[in-house]
Amino acid sequence: MNILGIIVIAAICTFATRITPFLLFGTKKGVPDAVSYLGKVLPAAIMGVLIIYCLKNVSFTVSPFGIPEITATIVVILLHQWKRNTLLSIAGGTILYMLMVQNFFNSLFSVFI
Amino acid sequence: MAKTLKFAVKQTIPVFCGYIFLGIAFGLLLQKAGFSFIWAFLISLIVYAGSMQFVLVGLLSGGASLATVAVMTLMINSRHIFYGLSFIEKFKKMGRRYWYMIFSLTDETYSVLCTVKVPSEMDEKRVLFLIALLDHIYWITGSVIGALIGEKIPFNSQGIDFAMTALFIVIFLEQWKESKTHIPALTGILISVLFLKLMGPASFLMPALIMIVLILLMGKSLIIREFGCEDVPTNEHVQQEHSQEEGI
Repeated sequence: MNILGIIVIAAICTFATRITPFLLFGTKKGVPDAVSYLGKVLPAAIMGVLIIYCLKNVSFTVSPFGIPEITATIVVILLHQWKRNTLLSIAGGTILYMLMVQNFFNSLFSVFI
Repeated sequence: MAKTLKFAVKQTIPVFCGYIFLGIAFGLLLQKAGFSFIWAFLISLIVYAGSMQFVLVGLLSGGASLATVAVMTLMINSRHIFYGLSFIEKFKKMGRRYWYMIFSLTDETYSVLCTVKVPSEMDEKRVLFLIALLDHIYWITGSVIGALIGEKIPFNSQGIDFAMTALFIVIFLEQWKESKTHIPALTGILISVLFLKLMGPASFLMPALIMIVLILLMGKSLIIREFGCEDVPTNEHVQQEHSQEEGI
C-alpha cells in the first residue's frame, strides 16, 4: 500500500512542478509582459543549462579526464555545422561516445600511456 | 494524418534512442530492487520523470516516508517550473489535450517542442500532441522492456545516454543560429558552469536557474533591442514592448 502511496505522491509532485507556471500565469487576463518575454528567451538559456546538467558529473582530474565527453561534444558541434542534420549529429556523437567509454577507448588509452 | 504522424515520429527519433535505453536502465534497476514490470509500467505511465524515477527506485526499496518522497520529487523536478513559461498561450489553445501537454512536459519533450517547425499544411496542435505522446510511449516501452528482459539484452548500451546530451547540444546550436541575440544562451552556459563550480553537481541547478531568470529580467530591454525572435519582428513591436515596460 505504501508503495502505491509513494508512486502517487511522486506523480502528483512531478505534475505540480509542471503545472505551476500555467496556474500562475495562465489566467484569462493574459500573460504578463515579463513572463511572455521570459517564455521567449528562456529556452535558449535552459538548453545551455541542460547541457551542463548532463555533463555535471564529468571529472577532469580522474581518468579519462572528460576526454570522451569533450570529444563527443566537439564532434556533435562539427557534424552539425557541416550537415545541419539533427539525427546525423546526435547519432555520430553518441556512437563515438559509446565506442570511447566502452572497451575501445580503454584499450586505445593503454597503448598510449 | 499518416503524414503528420510520420513528421512527429521523425522529430522524436533522438528522444526515442535516449528514452528506450534510459527506460530499459530504469526498468532493470526497478526489477533488481524486487518490483515487477507492472510497477515499471505504472510509474512510467503516471510519474513520467526521467531522473526522478531513478531516485524513486531508491525511495521505494528504502521505504521512504511520503513527506520525504514529496520533498525529493519537488526538489529534483523543480526545473520544470520554468518550462511551461514558453507554452502558456500555445497549450491553452489545445482544448482537451491541455492537461496532457502539461503533464508530459519533460526535459526532452520541452526541447523538441521548443524547436519544432510544423509545416503549414499540418495541424500544429496535433503535431505537438503526437510528439508528447510518442515520447511518453517510448519511455513506458523502455521501462517495461527493462523490467522484463533487461538482463538478457546482449547489446552493450554503456554511454548511450549521451544521446540526450547530444540532443540538447543540437537544439542549443539550432537556437543559436536562429537568434540574433546570444545573451540568453551564453547566460545559461556561463551561470550553470559558475554555480556548478561553486555549489557542486548535487545542488547547483535551481540556484543557477533562478540567477539566470534574474539576469534575463535585468537585461530585458537590452535583449529585446537585439532580439531575433519571430514574435518580435519589427522595430515598432520592440518600441511597443518598451513603452509597455516603461508604463508598468
